[in-house]
Amino acid sequence: MRKHRWLMMLALLVAALAVAGCGDDDEGDGGSGSADTAAEQPSSQIQKNADNSSTKVTIGSKNFTEQKLLGEIYAQALTAAGYDVSTQLNLGDEKTALKALEGGDISAYPEYTGTALLSFFGFTADELPSDEGEAFDEAKAGFEEKNLTALPPTPFVSSNEVAVTKETADKLSLKTISDLEGKSQDLTLYGSPECRQRLDCKLGLEQVYGLKFKKFVPVDIALRHEVLKKGQADVSIVFTTDPQNKREGFVLLEDDKGMFPPYNSTLVVRNDVIEKAGPDFAKTVEMVNKGLTDEVMQELNARVDLDKSTPEDVAGQYLEESGLTGG
Amino acid sequence: MSPLLAQVEIREREDTCVSDNGFCPDWIADNFDRYVDPFLQHVLLTVVAVAIGFAIAFTLALVAYRHRWLINPVTQVTGVLYTIPSIAAFFLLLPITGRGFVTATIALVAYVLLIIFRNVLTGLDNVPDETKDAGRGMGLTDRQLLWRVEVPLAMPEIMAGLRIAVTTTVGLATLAFFAGAGGLGEQIFADINFKSNVVVAGGLAVALAALLDAAILITQRAITPWTRAAAAR
Amino acid sequence: MNDFFDAIEFIFNEHESPAGGASVGGLSNMWELMWPHLQLSGASMGIACAIAIPLGLWLGHIGKGGFLAINASNVGRAVPTLALIAFFVVFIGVGFWNLTLALVLLAIPPILTNSYTGVRQVDRDTVDSARGMGMTGAQIVRRVELPLALPLIFGGIRISAVNVIATATIAPLAGVTTLGDPIINVNTYGDEGRLAAALVVALLAVVTELALGAVQRAVTPKGLKLEGGAGWRRRAMALPNNRREATT
Repeated sequence: MRKHRWLMMLALLVAALAVAGCGDDDEGDGGSGSADTAAEQPSSQIQKNADNSSTKVTIGSKNFTEQKLLGEIYAQALTAAGYDVSTQLNLGDEKTALKALEGGDISAYPEYTGTALLSFFGFTADELPSDEGEAFDEAKAGFEEKNLTALPPTPFVSSNEVAVTKETADKLSLKTISDLEGKSQDLTLYGSPECRQRLDCKLGLEQVYGLKFKKFVPVDIALRHEVLKKGQADVSIVFTTDPQNKREGFVLLEDDKGMFPPYNSTLVVRNDVIEKAGPDFAKTVEMVNKGLTDEVMQELNARVDLDKSTPEDVAGQYLEESGLTGG
Repeated sequence: MSPLLAQVEIREREDTCVSDNGFCPDWIADNFDRYVDPFLQHVLLTVVAVAIGFAIAFTLALVAYRHRWLINPVTQVTGVLYTIPSIAAFFLLLPITGRGFVTATIALVAYVLLIIFRNVLTGLDNVPDETKDAGRGMGLTDRQLLWRVEVPLAMPEIMAGLRIAVTTTVGLATLAFFAGAGGLGEQIFADINFKSNVVVAGGLAVALAALLDAAILITQRAITPWTRAAAAR
Repeated sequence: MNDFFDAIEFIFNEHESPAGGASVGGLSNMWELMWPHLQLSGASMGIACAIAIPLGLWLGHIGKGGFLAINASNVGRAVPTLALIAFFVVFIGVGFWNLTLALVLLAIPPILTNSYTGVRQVDRDTVDSARGMGMTGAQIVRRVELPLALPLIFGGIRISAVNVIATATIAPLAGVTTLGDPIINVNTYGDEGRLAAALVVALLAVVTELALGAVQRAVTPKGLKLEGGAGWRRRAMALPNNRREATT
């Protein structure tokens, strides 16, 4: 038993070194078509390892499109790697998801570094790191204390943002969030229910920018664009990766006082699961993360929100199109 | 920064009915299979909850019919269960029974009890005394009287209660996704901005309720032929 | 049991929200949640009664539209409230009046059906003798049919009121913050908050049911009450009075 565990740890260590070290594994299979990119290796496929089938993994997610997508992507990728994967997506807000993770209902879910710092680890606005790497390190340290492992983050950043319609921005000459000073008391703010207490949401707007709104209406997070579009909300909180922003011509106000931290996505996993799962787990996740750039994430979101494909289908498309699965 | 390893196709998008979140019959026709699983989950939830609720309430009613003192307490208890908004019930049960089918079913069953209980009881109470006397006169035992005379004559009332229970349960089962049990409610919320989705998922729920309602009505007319004559009069 | 006491305590004392950043609980917070709940319920019931009672009385009086009136309840029951609300949210938008509209549609069927049935059940002889005494149609409705139909009408109002109060619990999904908020958004209020809100809503529904039940008994003319037995119990439970209607 003990010897086994030792070997596992050793293997993990070696894998970690290999991953952290000089780039990528070149064990790939022919990879997928498109050869165009110059120097580096073509994308390698996820290898199925039969040993992994004894490890049960439950992937959870929060309750908006990007989260469901990420959940599906990781779930399908890990299945391709041979794990016994089930999903429990759409759990709720970040506190609900963390509770499920800590309680063992799920093995892992994708969280954002910024969200973790503010909602879980009690960072105040002035303590927030502005560097993505720093934010991840702080988040990772915080999670370690909870016996959770935060795996290396995605390239893409999905930040909370304050949005208004173009008309409102023009009418009130709004470019930055500070421009709302003196005007916000006549405006209604719509946000998700948890927005009321988050420092990267209504609470932060009150504390960092000193803004008071005429009314705050909590609505389901899925409605964040519709309320703005229909004119019910003067101001709404959206995400930078939402395809609707560009489509509807919303103006995202600049965060001049630095209220919003970096928000890279990191898959947070229970320590007992990642131990049992072996090196393939982190490796697979890393392979998946490589392709998740800002542009790609927005495209995937658009496929669900605008083209109305299911997160499950789009996740499969992502894995295929980036050559991670054979398709 | 990194080499373009992702060859994810970035698409050009135009404004279409679908991306405008409109009501798009073409899309519905193409994607109808998305609604099959939630629909079946919904059917299962409804049928199981009503079946269990009926079994329990029917038994209770038969017992209370003979032991009248039970009527009041049972009515009060089932009445309270009925009055608790189902969504509160789903959430209150969560910590005890966890997310899933069982939690949803328990809450739905609790809701059904009062409806069936009072309808069965009222149906039995409405059997004319003369008929009962005639039955006793023919030498029927209490038990025979119950099953051969009273229950059949109470059928219209019982069926009316069943219809109410079924349609109400279909409605409540749309909230079952709060308890993690899926169903058409979950499908509605999967994209609450998309008119096509809301109309189809909601429409299927209405259709299901109407279908089950009609099915029970037809069954009732079939097994109680004397009421057909009465209705025709 | 402990949870139960925590919940009661939540109703009376303010706490820091478990998610931080806001204070929840206490009587003023509960009132902030209850008032929109009552407003929503009251507005919908008021409008629904204003539409359904006159319509039902009139249809019952002239004896037409029975199919519509009786099946209104069946159809109404078949429409899940969540679907109705989602429909309004997606086509019209969130907000108090949009939601009220949805709730009005929810509340009308039982009141309509019961108003209609209430009038139809008035003994034809009574109506004929009233006509013989020279009363006009309107007078007959007002002085004869309405009073005799009141018990059933109030039965319908009872059913609708409890439904509306229960449905107002999911109003937060449509942007109106009612007592459902602590139930749906538990992280802001905590588990005690959720239980507290559930208790308050249940209490509200029970109180409404009892109060309207008392009113229903109060408006029942003594003669009908003395009829007693199954007849009275059926009326009290707002069930159709004769077998024929039970089969429709």
